[in-house]
Amino acid sequence: MQAGPKLWWVKARSDNAEMRRAPAPQMKFGVLQLPGSCDEIDALQAARRVGDAELIWHAERDLRGAEAIVVPGGFSYGDYLRAGAIARFSPAMESVIEFARDGGLVLGICNGFQVLCEAHLLPGALLPNANLRFTFRQVELDVVQPDTPFTRAGAGLARLSIPAKHSWGRYYADAPTLDELERRGQVVLRYAPGHNFNGSLRDIAGVTNEAGNVFGLMPHPEHAVDELTGGFTDGLTIFQSMRLAVEEGAHV
Amino acid sequence: MRARVLIRPKAGILDPQGAAVERALPALGFTGVANVHVGRLVELDVEDSSQLQSMCERLLANPLVEDYEIEIVN
Repeated sequence: MQAGPKLWWVKARSDNAEMRRAPAPQMKFGVLQLPGSCDEIDALQAARRVGDAELIWHAERDLRGAEAIVVPGGFSYGDYLRAGAIARFSPAMESVIEFARDGGLVLGICNGFQVLCEAHLLPGALLPNANLRFTFRQVELDVVQPDTPFTRAGAGLARLSIPAKHSWGRYYADAPTLDELERRGQVVLRYAPGHNFNGSLRDIAGVTNEAGNVFGLMPHPEHAVDELTGGFTDGLTIFQSMRLAVEEGAHV
Repeated sequence: MRARVLIRPKAGILDPQGAAVERALPALGFTGVANVHVGRLVELDVEDSSQLQSMCERLLANPLVEDYEIEIVN
């Protein structure tokens, strides 16, 4: 076994080598920072592994030229009233809603997923976990739709292993809506058998909007991007896919 | 004027808070309790009560999963 610091050094070197190989003009992620966000730095670091990334403060309307937006996890505005209910009205979110309506790529993670549902950018709602507990565990996710702007880089990866940590993660929509989501291929990720700890209907872990450019999921891909922390890097797939989608879009 | 908005989970949606209370009551010796649901109450002073419904639709409740009732107190 090597000592921790040595591993850090080796990892940093390989990252630098990666960066030297990367094409010069990088696509840019914008990561929202809402009062009460707590995972925006991890999201920023994850995005920086595949492109350029910058934080966008909630009071700003200017998305600073971002080509893809991440609404991160946390407890925006204290999650008062309902998770995500108040964040939806922040100036930055108003710009994100416009950005999404124009076809821009938007990823909502955990609280970000709740915010996107409250903003009606995504169908359905997130309710308190069926077990009424804050739960933090590694979950296995079945990739139901491997060919979306958020999963395409997985090269047919059938399963992702990434952590989840939340108390309001039970996905709900009425039965006709769920049927429609499944029929149109909007259900992108499902909890693998035995991993649906929050009671989400039809084991849904992540959905897109009808146009396919907005995606929300409860588990945290930004916490699974480095072998050093947790030993899982499946989360990178989501960020790499977004980069691919932006680059393909730019060249079409 | 004073208004009260009562918000409750829609019928048919799993209500784990209600279920937890329903399980806890018999543990204290209360019997014959069923169909417990937990909602929330918002009390507010408003100048224009005609705005209450819009307040409920846009912020106070999530109409997708919650029903609400508006009551003017005085």
